[in-house]
Amino acid sequence: MAEHHLTTPLTDADVSKLRAGDVVYLTGVIYTGRDAAHKRIVDALDAGENPPFPLQGAVIYYVGPSPARPGRPIGSAGPTTSYRMDSYAPRLLKLGLKGMIGKGMRAAPVREAMETEMAVYFGATGGAGALLGLRIKDAKVIAYEDLGPEAVRELTVENFPVLVINDCVGGDLYAVPDLEAALG
Amino acid sequence: MRTIDKKTVVEAVAALCMEANRFLPADVLAAFARAKAAESSAAAREVFNQLEENAALAKETGLPLCQDCGLGVFFVEVGEDVRLAGGGLREAINEGMVRGYQDGFLRKSTCDPFSRKNVGDNSPAIVHFDLVPGDRLKITMMAKGGGSENMSRVMMLAPAQGWKGVREFVIRRVAESGSNPCPPIIVGVGIGGNFELAAINSKKALMRELDDVHADPEVAAMEADLLASINRLGIGPMGLGGGTTCLGVKVKLAPCHLASLPLAVNIQCHSARHKEVTL
Repeated sequence: MAEHHLTTPLTDADVSKLRAGDVVYLTGVIYTGRDAAHKRIVDALDAGENPPFPLQGAVIYYVGPSPARPGRPIGSAGPTTSYRMDSYAPRLLKLGLKGMIGKGMRAAPVREAMETEMAVYFGATGGAGALLGLRIKDAKVIAYEDLGPEAVRELTVENFPVLVINDCVGGDLYAVPDLEAALG
Repeated sequence: MRTIDKKTVVEAVAALCMEANRFLPADVLAAFARAKAAESSAAAREVFNQLEENAALAKETGLPLCQDCGLGVFFVEVGEDVRLAGGGLREAINEGMVRGYQDGFLRKSTCDPFSRKNVGDNSPAIVHFDLVPGDRLKITMMAKGGGSENMSRVMMLAPAQGWKGVREFVIRRVAESGSNPCPPIIVGVGIGGNFELAAINSKKALMRELDDVHADPEVAAMEADLLASINRLGIGPMGLGGGTTCLGVKVKLAPCHLASLPLAVNIQCHSARHKEVTL
């Protein structure tokens, strides 16, 4: 279980050294996007338009933050459950997306795309919204403002703590539930 | 007949929303401490460290515990000898919730089911009323996030499936939910009643304190068996493996139709935010 300090955007070389279970501290710019934003990004791509941020080397954080209190760039900002973005993720990975931050299991096509496209899925601690929000130094809405908490934001993070859940060689950190032991 | 001013309810509900979202209940924090001490995996212990630090930071900074401040769910016990002056009770609760979510910088999560357009103020409050004897008004607020709610299910079993069927359904539901609902979870189980009562009971069950032992020894035994069985799944905190998949199972039974065995499983994430007030 290695520890890495990485700066975004991520490169193939960054991703290739990460293994499921590694602890990573991210510094730099990451982008937010969840259900409704993903739909709009994919609709934009279908229409031949550019995505709202450069996908090459990008890290996307599945989060819908709470409103910022005065004097703070953002409110609480923990991860949302990732499976809802599974139908969109392979397409974005093909276009250069290198990292996704969320919580919960990914579908097989997403795990496969991470291997073929050299990308990684990071888990952040679900519910630790205050702790994670305080690691975000700057935040601004860059697209789809009307979506409120679901708008696309550019976040500047410093030592943002994540864990590698799925790596680019098929590693998967999540425990497989032991139904036999439970049903006994 | 006792009269309560609408304004009193509005203010009380606004405060409930802010406090529930900011302060994790003491029983949940105590359960974290016990679970952390029992976990052998470093990853599992680290999750608890972060959750404890998060609770302390939320308290200190006023940030909500989780960015998903949930839908506002209210269980209200209305005394038969109490009336509200200045407006309706449902309206007062809704108004208080809107104010609490606004003033507390809490995330507004209600939206149109198809266009997904955000309502903007977290309304409408989801309110369940029970009429009870007396002249008091007891309001329990639950901030229920979407991630764990999505993993919940209602199932109409055949009566012949009995306890064995109930047990298997609950355990399989938790297994299939895996890391998605932010384990360690709390599981509310509604057994009997009908389709909607089972669901409401599964949520009401979640209001009991974690160390509360059910008054009926048979139900208490079901809860203990489900808790131990679920924890043998090995999903662990945040799905990283370990002995703490679940902090507690709470069962609520109701008589049902002779043709039915309704069952509801309401999954609650570790951020079990609820708070009550009696007016």
